[in-house]
Amino acid sequence: MQSVRYEAPTSLDQAARTLLGSENAKILAGGTDLLVQMRLGLKQPGLLVDIKNIPEIMQLTLGDDALRVGAAVTGALVGEHAEARRLFPGFVEALGLIGSSQIQGRCSAGGNLCNASPAADSVPALIANRALCNIIGPAGARSVAVESFNTGPGKNCLAAGELLVSIDLPLPAHRSSDAYLRFIPRTEMDIAVAGAAVALSLDEAGICTAARVAIGAVAPTALLVTAAADALIGSALDEASLHAAAAAASAACSPITDKRGTADYRRKVVGVLVRRAAAIAKSRIEAQA
Amino acid sequence: MQSQRKTHVSTTVNGEPREFLCEPHQVLSDVLRNTLNLTGTKEGCNTGDCGACSVLLDGTLVCSCLVLAAEVEGKGVVTVEGIGEEGKLHPIQQKLLEHAGLQCGICTPGIVIASRALLEKNPDPSETEVRYWLAGNLCRCTGYDKIIRAVLDAGAVMRGQ
Ligand SMILES: Cc1cc2nc3c(=O)[nH]c(=O)nc-3n(C[C@H](O)[C@H](O)[C@H](O)COP(=O)(O)OP(=O)(O)OC[C@H]3O[C@@H](n4cnc5c(N)ncnc54)[C@H](O)[C@@H]3O)c2cc1C
Ligand code: FES
Ligand code: FES
Repeated sequence: MQSVRYEAPTSLDQAARTLLGSENAKILAGGTDLLVQMRLGLKQPGLLVDIKNIPEIMQLTLGDDALRVGAAVTGALVGEHAEARRLFPGFVEALGLIGSSQIQGRCSAGGNLCNASPAADSVPALIANRALCNIIGPAGARSVAVESFNTGPGKNCLAAGELLVSIDLPLPAHRSSDAYLRFIPRTEMDIAVAGAAVALSLDEAGICTAARVAIGAVAPTALLVTAAADALIGSALDEASLHAAAAAASAACSPITDKRGTADYRRKVVGVLVRRAAAIAKSRIEAQA
Repeated sequence: MQSQRKTHVSTTVNGEPREFLCEPHQVLSDVLRNTLNLTGTKEGCNTGDCGACSVLLDGTLVCSCLVLAAEVEGKGVVTVEGIGEEGKLHPIQQKLLEHAGLQCGICTPGIVIASRALLEKNPDPSETEVRYWLAGNLCRCTGYDKIIRAVLDAGAVMRGQ
């Protein structure tokens, strides 16, 4: 971590200019991935661009169409936002699973996404909620669906000089909710062996009218599994359709074997998580007034 | 160390204005301990796993090993030295002593800071809430149980019970 420089721009314009002017710049949000990677010698940036003094990056606002989560807003702040918890309990839960209370004081959904770990907890929940990434860069502004943002382990779609400004979670329809579950061998402070997020809408009769299923830690990037959602849509979320969704998720994944679990184990567990997350999302909708 | 790269930082530590020079790569725990001589804050892992370096940054609980010292410009830092008064321990410190919630003491400053942050937000936490909140504070000595009892008991004292 020796010869790095540090800049803390206060506007997006300034940040963009700083990024463009430097070959080996890295964006610093909460630093809970980046500073660890630098400490371990895995990354050696020449310039750190701290984006936490930029208002757009730190906003957390409920608009008419979406909840806008600035790229560096901390897990702790999202967890304290009552409307975020009510509208997207699964996303808030997923972000809240990251690390300890101390890590929550720093970590962000933007950093979790940009770091592009296949096991990142908030990413499946963002995908299930149809989140959109707002990006700015030398070529102007663009938006990318969150499921297209990461391209492989540690790789995302940002071009040189681009940065993620915020993530929009479109407001859910009436009678909708979500859930996220991960499997870890401990109860806290561990990395997902598998994760699954489900977002659902039900009609008044309890029939599923819309669904999104996303899985994590079982492929090079988090995956949107359309076949699993299709198994739920039109059903009353009975055992047979939940099992069909689980089977679709297990079929869609391409896990690796590592110290956290074998590929077979992950394939099986991810299906179980999908089934359980769907049941939780359903019970959340039923509990709504 | 190339001195021309040093960054000048003005901040507040335990309520007092402080200024220091740091290298851009230096983390806050390093500067607290080695520049400001506030060695109450400990360094265990330097990768966010152990919580020994816990401090409050503008009131938020963080690992000072994962904060660049340059980032605290204009902010307020509270370390364990800012908890309790000369000759009068904070209830969390007092209860840790009474319950024998420390042995070697390396984890203790982090436990004190993290528990203070919890009791400020949630004056009457359940045992489960205390255990989850302190999951990022590792202790190799006590087996945790005495720490948890001490924090629950300190909460009761702070609530006036
Ligand atoms: C003890 C510990 C426990 C952890 N536990 C978990 C866990 O349970 N689950 C989990 O998913 N993760 C976990 N993590 C990893 C990490 O905390 C998360 O990935 C976190 O969300 C990263 O956010 P950050 O703001 O700290 O990112 P940073 O470290 O600041 O950034 C991460 C990466 O994204 C880039 N980046 C950040 N923001 C932007 C932006 N706006 N535009 C472009 N690029 C950007 C950075 O350059 C860097 O490469 C843990 C880490 C630690 C240290
Ligand atoms: S030294 Fe900071 S968490 Fe271990
Ligand atoms: S008392 Fe020794 S690590 Fe906790």
